[in-house]
Amino acid sequence: MVAISKIATGNGHGEDSPYFDGWKAYETNPFHPIDRPDGVIQMGLAENQLCFNFIKKWVMEHPEASLCSAAGVNKFKETALFQDYHGMPEFREAVAKFMGKVRGGRVKFDPDRIVMSGGATGAHEMVAFCLADPGEAFLVPTPYYPGFDRDLRWRTGVELVPVVCESSNNFKITRAALEAAYEKAKEANLRVKGLLITNPSNPLGTILDRDTLKGIVKFINEKNIHLIGDEIYAATVFMEPEFVSISEIIEEVECNRDLIHIVYSLSKDMGFPGFRVGIVYSYNDAVVSCARKMSSFGLVSSQTQHLIATMLSDDDFVDSFIVESKEQLFKRHKSFTLSLSQVGIGSLKSNAGLFIWMDLRKLLKEKTFDAEMDLWRVIINEVKLNVSPGSSFHCDEPGWFRVCFANMDDNTMEVALLRITTFMHKHNEAMVPRKLCRRASLKLSLSRRRDDFMSQNMMSPQSPIPQSPLVRART
Amino acid sequence: MGLLSRKATCNTHGQDSSYFLGWQEYEKNPYNEVNNPNGIIQMGLAENQLCLDLLEPWLMKNPDALGLKRDGISIFKELALFQDYNGFPAFKRALVDFMGEIRGNKVSFDPNHVVLTAGATSANETLMFCLADQGDAFLLPTPYYPGFDRDLRWRTGVEIVPIHCTSSNGFKVTLPAIEQAYRQAQKRKLRVKGFLVTNPSNPLGTTMARDELDLLINFIEDKQIHLISDEIYSGTVFTSPSFVSVMEVLKDRNLDQTQVWERVHIVYSLSKDLGLPGFRVGAIYSNDPVVVSAATKMSSFGLVSSQTQYLLSAMLLDKKFTKEYMSENHKRLQKQQKDLVSGLEKAGIRCLNSNAGLFCWVDMRHLLKSNTFEAEMELWQKIVYHVKINISPGSSCHCIEPGWFRVCFANMSESTLKLAIQRLKSFVSSIGMKSQSHQELKSLRRKARNNWVFRLSLQSFYDREQDTTTKVSFSYRPHFMSLSNIAATLDAAA
Repeated sequence: MVAISKIATGNGHGEDSPYFDGWKAYETNPFHPIDRPDGVIQMGLAENQLCFNFIKKWVMEHPEASLCSAAGVNKFKETALFQDYHGMPEFREAVAKFMGKVRGGRVKFDPDRIVMSGGATGAHEMVAFCLADPGEAFLVPTPYYPGFDRDLRWRTGVELVPVVCESSNNFKITRAALEAAYEKAKEANLRVKGLLITNPSNPLGTILDRDTLKGIVKFINEKNIHLIGDEIYAATVFMEPEFVSISEIIEEVECNRDLIHIVYSLSKDMGFPGFRVGIVYSYNDAVVSCARKMSSFGLVSSQTQHLIATMLSDDDFVDSFIVESKEQLFKRHKSFTLSLSQVGIGSLKSNAGLFIWMDLRKLLKEKTFDAEMDLWRVIINEVKLNVSPGSSFHCDEPGWFRVCFANMDDNTMEVALLRITTFMHKHNEAMVPRKLCRRASLKLSLSRRRDDFMSQNMMSPQSPIPQSPLVRART
Repeated sequence: MGLLSRKATCNTHGQDSSYFLGWQEYEKNPYNEVNNPNGIIQMGLAENQLCLDLLEPWLMKNPDALGLKRDGISIFKELALFQDYNGFPAFKRALVDFMGEIRGNKVSFDPNHVVLTAGATSANETLMFCLADQGDAFLLPTPYYPGFDRDLRWRTGVEIVPIHCTSSNGFKVTLPAIEQAYRQAQKRKLRVKGFLVTNPSNPLGTTMARDELDLLINFIEDKQIHLISDEIYSGTVFTSPSFVSVMEVLKDRNLDQTQVWERVHIVYSLSKDLGLPGFRVGAIYSNDPVVVSAATKMSSFGLVSSQTQYLLSAMLLDKKFTKEYMSENHKRLQKQQKDLVSGLEKAGIRCLNSNAGLFCWVDMRHLLKSNTFEAEMELWQKIVYHVKINISPGSSCHCIEPGWFRVCFANMSESTLKLAIQRLKSFVSSIGMKSQSHQELKSLRRKARNNWVFRLSLQSFYDREQDTTTKVSFSYRPHFMSLSNIAATLDAAA
């Protein structure tokens, strides 16, 4: 007799993915500036640590948010007993207001449509349970966050069908790609229930432009399938172009609102993954009602609801925070990508997120995922950085890596850059003779790499400007 | 809608149950001593509000716990970033120590066997996902907590097959009842994966006896299935017999380190014992490393907020405080329960003899117009809408005998409890007068058939309370009238 469930004994938890292997390597030997200066630097964790001093100051100055004031103690009892799955009204109002501000005040969110969940992880699973039966499918553009394989599929029995996006057009989500994925699902006898987009994108760090969004909304309306917009990185858009949310698009195009749902969280925008504040925002009343009941499985601690309600109700704090966060992310992103470009490493041009989508295709021994894994192991074991290989994001092209930059202080960033620089200099020394070869016909046989990977997109080590995607486009 | 999942459109969420409808009525018109004295008194919510005043001085004395500081220094960043599904080590250590204390330290728990979840709601669902496939079944003794219909079945696709317990033996679990349920599952072609029992019981308020636990252990040994013991009320045992956890029985029988040891799992939470349901602190305890590992990964869907883990690790680590708290908790629960029981008695209503929990299992069978669930619903509606008290009808707990109600007592002040009892008393007298003529007729018939009614001495009604070793068994009879009614009827009939 099989004593445990199939779900428990299978590997739907997804933890055998290389995405998690890197974490494990980091955990056995984590970098510490004093205690372990040769340890692995964690660049595989999309955390936002850049604004903690700013937030901490507010928390210290507002003990009532932590129920610490004299009046707070009375509030403690009320809070400790509050288990209503509707959530505290002030919490929902504050979150709705924050979501609106993050979108520049261009849309308003209705607090009564805010449903809590156990982080965005819980939110995604909950939405899958509400919208799809086991065996049905969601379309997801690649590359996508590895956690979706677990969150959307593991206990729900829902399938994911990739919408393949390519570097040739900077991973744009095209109508053709959507249709192809839809057809593929049909051929596999999978009923497509929805499309999940992450905007801003993880791992790309880019936002979807208005036209693409409109196209997506048209597509889902035509097919009569749901659109789930994971906007967890909405407040991390640190430079132009401005973020456009689905909530704005549905005001501009004809749309069946019962198909529209947003997943949100405070884990990335505010840097609070430990507080488990996940949100499902649906324009579909039946989904709100069902999700609310399901939220019993992952309510936000009332203690945390109170803290967040107090914090996000402080308009001055929120307005300053949004500005401060953008500035810090912009600065960090700029210095990181600049330093990388100086050693010949390019990345997809991005304006959001806590990471960059690094282009290391030219460092691959060959254009295969095995080679990507080899390179990745070198990066972890020799360069001592944990980065996430593109294959774990289901990227269809080897050689891309997601590298996080917002989860460390300036000193650690410097160490990371030094390691990268050192590594690249060694690599470039081996490479330089080949470049001279191209320019001046010098014959050298030092390189082990094949010529066809010397793409025109390879950046000149001297260029200080991050390679623009427009330049790299081949079509 | 057609576009949503079957789960979204079915009603396995259970919210159409009277259990929740009563809450909704209460929400529309909630009693408030000052602002709404004629409102509905909430006695359908098993919350422990009796000791929250004890938490306040502790919080004042330990400002770092709420203030997210350690030795006066802010650790806000560390906590905000802590999302490790293995949980805060200090919290897990403190939690297992607390669990051990509650069990008189007769068993000890290993923090590495604990999985933290967002409340017991999440813990129970997660265990289902870990132990059973869609379409498998778990056997549950009735009456049981209505929330299980949702927690165990809704998203998991697992079935519940009831083990029917009756008032004939105080609702204890018996071997024939277990076997009957097992056969029933087989008839329905359901693969039985295990039992889930709540000990102390919700809604009965009683602790399971050793022989009941032995019965279950023997059965799971034989059939190689699981036993989940939801011990969420373990800290509410306010009088003897003392609480015996299934882990203790396993240990005493030298079954630790055997296969059966790995198939027994405990669910716990701080919602009832400490009265902190809002903080969503649940736990699974298992000796099976595969279950711990799978459940830990699943806990990602409902982790405990790090802010809360930190607060409670500080609180539970203060063993002097928790000892005093639990002792006072027991005292207050016992007093409140006694007040309810004696108050109801004066109204001619009896309760199942109980020693734990935040509620009483109240016998109102004699107030039913007929021995049916329709009559139970009618009575319930009267109580909610006219008497203005929300209580939970036994049918919502899947009790097979109509007429039982779960009445909570730990979520209100003494004065509110008094008022509730007063309302019930008035209600019962009014029914008594209305139905007297109706009862006269029935009683005459019964008198002819059942001499034994007279064998029930008046004394036994008053002494019932003191019998702590055996539960008072009520013979299953329709129209079991209260003492006052019998007396009045007999007088009239004479």
